[in-house]
Amino acid sequence: MDHGPAVELGQDHASDIKARLGLVLFVIYGLVYAGFVVINTLSPKTMSETIVLGLNLAVVYGFGLIVLAIIMGLVYNAVCTRYEKQLNTGETDSA
Amino acid sequence: MIYDASPIAVGLFVMFVLFVLGISFYFARRTKDSKGYFAAGGNIHWSVNGIAFAGDYLSAASFLGIAGMIATVGYDGFLYSIGYLAGWIVALFVVAEPLRRLGKYTFSDALDAKFNSKGIQLTAGISTLVVSICYLIPQMVGAGALVTPLLGLPHYVGVIMVGAIVIFIVATAGMASTTYVQFLKGGLLIVFSSILVILVLNNGFALKPSDDYHDFEAIGATVDENGTVVALAHNPYVITTQEQAGDHTFVKLTAEGVETWWNLDTDDSGEPVLRETLAIVKTGDGKTLYNGAPKEDELFYQVGHFHKIIVDGKEVESVKGLNPAEFLSIIEDSEIVRFKQETFSSGDEDVTLWYQTITPGEKIMRPGLKFKVDEGSTTSSKLNFISLMLALFFGTSALPHILIRYYTVPSQTAARKSTIVAIAAIGFFYILTLFMGLGAMVNGVLDVESSNMSAPLLAQYFGTALFAIISAIAFATVLGTVSGLIVASSGAVVHDLMSSFGGIKLSDSAQVRAGKIAAVVVGGFAILLGIYFKGENVSFLVGLAFAVAASANLPAILMLLFWKKTTSKGIAASVLVGMVSALVLIMLSPTMYEHYSTDATAPFPLDNPGIVSIPLSFITLVIVSLLTQKRENLPTAE
Repeated sequence: MDHGPAVELGQDHASDIKARLGLVLFVIYGLVYAGFVVINTLSPKTMSETIVLGLNLAVVYGFGLIVLAIIMGLVYNAVCTRYEKQLNTGETDSA
Repeated sequence: MIYDASPIAVGLFVMFVLFVLGISFYFARRTKDSKGYFAAGGNIHWSVNGIAFAGDYLSAASFLGIAGMIATVGYDGFLYSIGYLAGWIVALFVVAEPLRRLGKYTFSDALDAKFNSKGIQLTAGISTLVVSICYLIPQMVGAGALVTPLLGLPHYVGVIMVGAIVIFIVATAGMASTTYVQFLKGGLLIVFSSILVILVLNNGFALKPSDDYHDFEAIGATVDENGTVVALAHNPYVITTQEQAGDHTFVKLTAEGVETWWNLDTDDSGEPVLRETLAIVKTGDGKTLYNGAPKEDELFYQVGHFHKIIVDGKEVESVKGLNPAEFLSIIEDSEIVRFKQETFSSGDEDVTLWYQTITPGEKIMRPGLKFKVDEGSTTSSKLNFISLMLALFFGTSALPHILIRYYTVPSQTAARKSTIVAIAAIGFFYILTLFMGLGAMVNGVLDVESSNMSAPLLAQYFGTALFAIISAIAFATVLGTVSGLIVASSGAVVHDLMSSFGGIKLSDSAQVRAGKIAAVVVGGFAILLGIYFKGENVSFLVGLAFAVAASANLPAILMLLFWKKTTSKGIAASVLVGMVSALVLIMLSPTMYEHYSTDATAPFPLDNPGIVSIPLSFITLVIVSLLTQKRENLPTAE
């Protein structure tokens, strides 16, 4: 049985650095998410504190987690694309 | 409540289904080999794949379940949105590119890429099947729930319809048609949900949500020293009987031959009052009465309204044209009437009723109404909450129908970009769920019997056309997700279990044929489960599927990628222990014990097993890998 990929991919010299960057960003987001779960669990009333525009911490933190995911995704993509261009010159991987 | 089939809804639904079948025919002609069937040829554009990801992910649980949960318990429902979205971070930063690099058609390919191990092929294949089936159950239940209001048909007809259409789609064209159906559905869902939220914001709030909204009565009552209601402030009601259920006293009143149930409460000045409830009574002679009358009399109302609307510290009757921040802050400052369920027996009658409970907006806009992390919390209830949030965070990147979508794009870069498109689309949609859910909570549209219908019923508030479109999209939501799950399942059966593990040599066309047969079998099985689990909570079931996926699959993926000492036996043992422990703990959980109709205490105190089964799976992988280092002596993860 062939266990290779569906499409033959070229060598990706940027894969290691992308993996490390991904791990760092994952840990950062994981800590922010864990903070959210900890406050909800240990001090749910804190979530009622008004933060901005009449919105409480629960809404601001919740929306913040969603927006942060989008922003971190865009940053990750921009940095990865730059590394791919730098390190994969002449390679065919990055479609 | 009574649902009448709308001709517009039926017409739109039929048009949509025909369009989907058209797409299937079109792609069936182009699908010639197994690569085309299982991975859409690996040449889907990343932007299309990203929206298709959103289509896969925004299943019945997201659209129907979350909006419904927010409509009944406020912010606690939104926690699901946050957890579901956060899970994509794991997918993007850790899983997307390596998985695309290692795999071919299935999740097992990626796990097995370095080892070619029978143990991995078997356990990963079974795990894919089990998780897919766990995830299929709520989708099919959701399909049945939707068809009743949409087409006026019974639950089982809806389940069979979805099953039959999906089997046809999958058995004809596989992943290509599934991708385009998901792309179409994901895009439409986001566009029309946005329109719905704009209408909700523009409509604002009113104490009486609509002209035909039922005026819930409150009757002054005299209560004696024993707590018995002995007199009413006005006629025509006659006190018939009184029952105690939980902390509440319910009184049956009769007027003009119609019996209704009332909740003994106090008014703003502390005087006793009886407040009207919604009650379903199964009588001793087998009749079912809705607020004392047959269902056709339509006395069982849609509900959800404000008790007080506070704007800038002042009480108002209505307010229009709100921006998103005003919408949320007014709800937080105001008081809302929610309807809570209670069941009890009275003589030879079984009574299920929903009584009014005035809830401060401040409690609705923070955690605590569903997840017991605040008043009445215990260590178990807090651990249960943490366990759920853990499963949601780690479950997304371990769902088979999400994982296989990484193989439909041509490169690792495309896998990454499509994940970012998915995060943006899904994140935006999840923000909308808060407005849709809260909008349904206060606009008098809730069907207390089925919170899953909150979003479509909110759309109905703004007209039949929007209801028809939203319902058709919701149905397509189920259709698309079920298609993806069945493709994942048939891939696991044919590719992982038959070819890789069983060593059955099949030609390329035979693999496709076997995949189609597997799709029919899995689809048939899903139909049976969808009928059997009628009435189960959709979001609860999906939460469990996430826990099984996170426990069985994620530790293996992560450790393969990032721990050099990982061995094939470690992976196989981790998948097996994660899957079995998650399933067993679910079976021993308090909610499942309620379903068993037993008085026994559940041996496992949590409803969600993730906090135990995920670490257990990790530990198993580490221990077994360390024990099998010398024997395997294989090159390991990079």
